[in-house]
Amino acid sequence: MADLAKDLHTEHMVMNMGPSHPVTHGTVKFMVTLDGETIVDLKTNIGYLHRGFEKMCENGTWEQVMPYTDRLNYVSPLINNVGYALAVEKLIDIDVPDRCKYIRVIASELARISDHYTNIAAGGLELGAFTAFLYFVEARELVWDLIEMLTGGRVTSNYVRIGGLKNDIPDGFKEKTQDVFRRCRELWTDIHKLLTKNRIFIDRVRGVGTMPPDEAIAYGFTGPCLRASGVLYDVRKAHPYLVYDLMDFDIPIGENGDNFDRYLVRMEEINQSMRIVEQALEKMPKGPINVDMPQYRWQAKNDVYNKIESLIFHFKTVTEGIKPPPGEIYLAVEGGNGELGFYLVSDGSGKPYKCRVRPPCFPLTAAMPRMVKGGFLADIIPTFDMINMIGGECDR
Amino acid sequence: MAAELIESIVKILFIFGVNVGFFSPILGWVERKQSAIMQDRVGANRADVFGFRLIGLFHPIADAIKVLTKEDFVPDGADKLFHTLAPFISLTPAIITFAVIPFGGHYEIFGHSVNLVIADLDVGMLFIFAFGSLATFGAVLAGWASNNNWSFLGGLRAAAQMLSYEVAMGLTIIGVIMVFGTLKLTEIGAMQENFFRWGIFLQPIGFILFFTCAIAENKRAPFDMAEAESELIAGYFTEYSGLKFVMFWMGEFLEIVTIAGVLTTLFFGAWHLPFVTDQMLLSFFSFAGPNGSNILAMLVNVGTFYAKLIFFIWLQMTIRWTLPRFRYDQVMRLGWKMILPISLINIFITGIIVLLVK
Repeated sequence: MADLAKDLHTEHMVMNMGPSHPVTHGTVKFMVTLDGETIVDLKTNIGYLHRGFEKMCENGTWEQVMPYTDRLNYVSPLINNVGYALAVEKLIDIDVPDRCKYIRVIASELARISDHYTNIAAGGLELGAFTAFLYFVEARELVWDLIEMLTGGRVTSNYVRIGGLKNDIPDGFKEKTQDVFRRCRELWTDIHKLLTKNRIFIDRVRGVGTMPPDEAIAYGFTGPCLRASGVLYDVRKAHPYLVYDLMDFDIPIGENGDNFDRYLVRMEEINQSMRIVEQALEKMPKGPINVDMPQYRWQAKNDVYNKIESLIFHFKTVTEGIKPPPGEIYLAVEGGNGELGFYLVSDGSGKPYKCRVRPPCFPLTAAMPRMVKGGFLADIIPTFDMINMIGGECDR
Repeated sequence: MAAELIESIVKILFIFGVNVGFFSPILGWVERKQSAIMQDRVGANRADVFGFRLIGLFHPIADAIKVLTKEDFVPDGADKLFHTLAPFISLTPAIITFAVIPFGGHYEIFGHSVNLVIADLDVGMLFIFAFGSLATFGAVLAGWASNNNWSFLGGLRAAAQMLSYEVAMGLTIIGVIMVFGTLKLTEIGAMQENFFRWGIFLQPIGFILFFTCAIAENKRAPFDMAEAESELIAGYFTEYSGLKFVMFWMGEFLEIVTIAGVLTTLFFGAWHLPFVTDQMLLSFFSFAGPNGSNILAMLVNVGTFYAKLIFFIWLQMTIRWTLPRFRYDQVMRLGWKMILPISLINIFITGIIVLLVK
């Protein structure tokens, strides 16, 4: 066979997979060099969703950046909101009230659940399991109903404020959460039956896109993909923020670092996130949700209309923006895909001097060639799905 | 002579009408609705005529209008002749194959003997294989002639997959042929009058293997490697539009019907009701006189056959909407390393049993 192939004149086939290809959602282009169906080389082209996030931030006030962060990882925007707000608060040195911290934890975890739902569902869809996709989309709809109840928006929530929140938890939220989680757990079990023990699914994902722990660290992996490789690193545990240190939850880790482990880690994280939300709802104290620092957080409308000091602060913060002291800060939160970091530089004016985001899926996308080279064309699909590249976050 | 001619024409019109006129448009609707039910959705229900929606049954008509008014597109650099020819090659065998499948038994009506099969060939099963293989050319030509890398890969996959499963499928069916001792589908059908002589009881392994191969041969999920919308966009028919695209589509649906027909004939007692022999059926209808009883028995048998056929269509649809897709090399491994050896063992064991029983 080898002798036969030597005499045959064969050429590699170069194909553009994307930017508009069913699997390259999030808009990315793979330039694939194929030998038959085997991938000889793969080049990743990103940047199709570049919107100049950093430059936009420099032109808005610190508060006006918040809606832009919604559009980073548009599958879990609340985590982006929380991350940015925490970074600015650390720059100013604000400690938000306890109730606010708990609500932010709930918001982050709901966003994480919907992120993982979307990821697993889309992964199933692209492997041909259309029914599994729609089961998890139903679960995501229910979680989005919760998010809508909490924030008023479904996708772009723009809920968190620097030094507080847009609004408190509405009445009946706890009961609704219990109802939603009951149904979500049923759907989770259905998916578990449809995929986790499905031989075809396992064959497609196991041993594909494997990443050993040392290489995963070298590439800068974080989040579920790093944990699937067996490295125990979760920002929520390693550098606890908000009230994560008061919560009882486990971090699932994988063994082989392949796509199946990434899938399993995400499936388990959904359960753990639900646990966190339930605990946070139980433990949440009463009290204010905003800090009482009128130069950074708007006062209540009643005060603004009736007290001159509040009106002045309101006028100043809206027209000029809040003014953090000069300095720089890096703060990371655990996003849906991994460590979501914000590096902020303030020159003391009302606008960010620099607002840089460390997107968790950039290193993951960078490792695509490493993970699929030598595999089959069909292996790109589960690998790309399980790293969950989000264009808005990666390209910004 | 004239009576036979009329009989043939009626049978051809019946099968053609049922398959092409009824099943192929309605299966598009069935696929949408069934997947919708399985996935907690409502499914297609938007097309309406004067406000009547009729649970989406107007969608096939709307689809037909859409398809007929679409641009017939041939990509730049494509081989125009073969690009046009490919859909015909994949549709025609799908229509023709049903000719040898009996949809009823043998009846005496007004002194004329009616045999409910269009072509009662001695080599019925081989005919199905022969024409089933022809459909491969359609997929390969479409992939090759489209001048598109994705189509090309899809065509290659289709060729390899269909040829491999052709071999496996041929071997899986040999057990059945050994048991019944004939290739003639009407005879195989007639032999299954006794419920416990149905093919499924005589050849349970053969049934599972054949069913798997048949789905693979039809290139539907979980074996839709040649199409694989997430990998190859639409595989070998990426560059097709309008009526030509629908011809591939119709071919696929007609193959579903044919597979269901073959499964019914070989394994599920063809036109026979369980526990009811032909004689019992005729005596049950004896009140209608000799001609009337034959006609009534014929209607019952045809109804039974189509009920079983629809069941297998439903089963195929359920499988298609439940399982994820294999990878290309896994499909080949399954075909060559699992199904082929198992079917060989099956032939061997069947041979021993057939020898011992005789």
